[in-house]
Amino acid sequence: MADPIIRFDEVTKVFRRPDGRGDFIAVDRLSFEINPGEIVVVLGKTGCGKSTMFNLVAGLLEPTSGKVSVVGHDPFREFEYFRGKIGIVFQGDRLMPWRTALDNVLLGLDILSIARPQAEETARGWLTRLGLAGHEHDYPHALSGGMRQRVSIARAFAVDPQILLCDEPFSSLDEMTARDLRAEFVRLVRQNGKTAVFITHSITEAMEVGDRILVFHRPARIAYETRLGQNMAGGARSEVTDRILDVLGTSQ
Amino acid sequence: MISSPRVIRALKATASVVLLALVWQVASYFFPHYLFPPVQDIVVRTIDILVSWPQLYEVLITALRIFGGLFGAFIFGGLVALAVGRSPRIESYITPFLVFLQGIPALSWVIIAIIWFHGIEFRILFIMVITTLPAFTFQILDAYRSMSKDLFEMTMSFRPSAWTLFRVLIVPTIVPGILTAWKVNLGNAARVVVVAELVGATGGVGYQLLRQQQLFDMAGALAWTIQLVLFVLVVQQAIVMIENWLLRYRPVSERAA
Repeated sequence: MADPIIRFDEVTKVFRRPDGRGDFIAVDRLSFEINPGEIVVVLGKTGCGKSTMFNLVAGLLEPTSGKVSVVGHDPFREFEYFRGKIGIVFQGDRLMPWRTALDNVLLGLDILSIARPQAEETARGWLTRLGLAGHEHDYPHALSGGMRQRVSIARAFAVDPQILLCDEPFSSLDEMTARDLRAEFVRLVRQNGKTAVFITHSITEAMEVGDRILVFHRPARIAYETRLGQNMAGGARSEVTDRILDVLGTSQ
Repeated sequence: MISSPRVIRALKATASVVLLALVWQVASYFFPHYLFPPVQDIVVRTIDILVSWPQLYEVLITALRIFGGLFGAFIFGGLVALAVGRSPRIESYITPFLVFLQGIPALSWVIIAIIWFHGIEFRILFIMVITTLPAFTFQILDAYRSMSKDLFEMTMSFRPSAWTLFRVLIVPTIVPGILTAWKVNLGNAARVVVVAELVGATGGVGYQLLRQQQLFDMAGALAWTIQLVLFVLVVQQAIVMIENWLLRYRPVSERAA
């Protein structure tokens, strides 16, 4: 078996409350591993520490104690090493309003100093794959919510990252659009051999997307973990759903 | 029927100018011409300045002084704003100083500059920069602080170098603030440059106004004043055009008129 691509080893993250009322433990001695090519869904109620865990993987936060390792390196300390290695799809599309759809997709490639003709070819390719051909020169305000989120997915994939981090990327979209984009996302991840960490609070979404589901209790620790087979029968899926509901029901 | 809002606005502006000219013309029938010269005299003098190179040169000198001062304040103000934006520690030292500068009248700076410096151009440049510096700094700082945290996080997720971050995120974020600062400071600079030239120069619109005052020539004073007003209007319009081009990504309803 290949080495895990993401490893959390007894990771704790403590925040100081701004009002001076002591500390707040967001992540408590969290340990888990994610293997290359897996799509792991992290499920939990609002405020259970999912986003803190996400930011720790992305290297946007430093753990208070323990060790976060991504492709064998420290994502917080080794800033430049991870350039182009992690792609993030955020909850909102986070498109730069002053850039066209094409220029938004080009952002990461520009940061990676990819030559313009090659970068443009890559960006156009991703926009086409995500059904946005013909919208390359539209500004974000002229695109629908679903189209904007497609642009943000294209932006994340365009840099060809090893790991994709997704923080409730479809939660602000209508159910039909979200379902289409979820299917599209899973197809792209598998086709391109990526590893993905997908955060959600929707059990349905978790079941549709994940190879494995980690259910978090506050402060972020794993309360339940299950692996989903691709050909899992409907009855077995219902059992997993019931179990997750039970676990979430007992969380704080 | 005219439906274009731009044309309607232009017609309304023209109507108000025509009304003002009419009132002035009526006043010229009842008051001595050294107080209210006829409109045609003012128009002739205004055109005379525009078509006579030595006189137009005086207007251009003033225009260059305004641009020089604004450009200097923009560069210094921008650098100070970015330094303050990045370091709250610097802010606690710089902000009181800028607030203090804002409280000093332009005329005081004119006197100080005349005492401190010999060269006329350097004096005026100093006055222009020091009087417009706080506004540039505060406006660019406000724009920097309004930078979206979400966009900052998103950009940082690609791990850019400091220069790339500045180029792809900070500059586009502060551009609207820079344009506002230019629009606001242009009018202030036009007022300050006249005072500076009036007291401490031997050329430019301010100096010409001093000469008209000595000659008791109201038509001349108004004609030189109109040059400055026209200059400000033309530059304001140019800034609006640049703004509309730079901010073309915004929906039409959010752009400058």
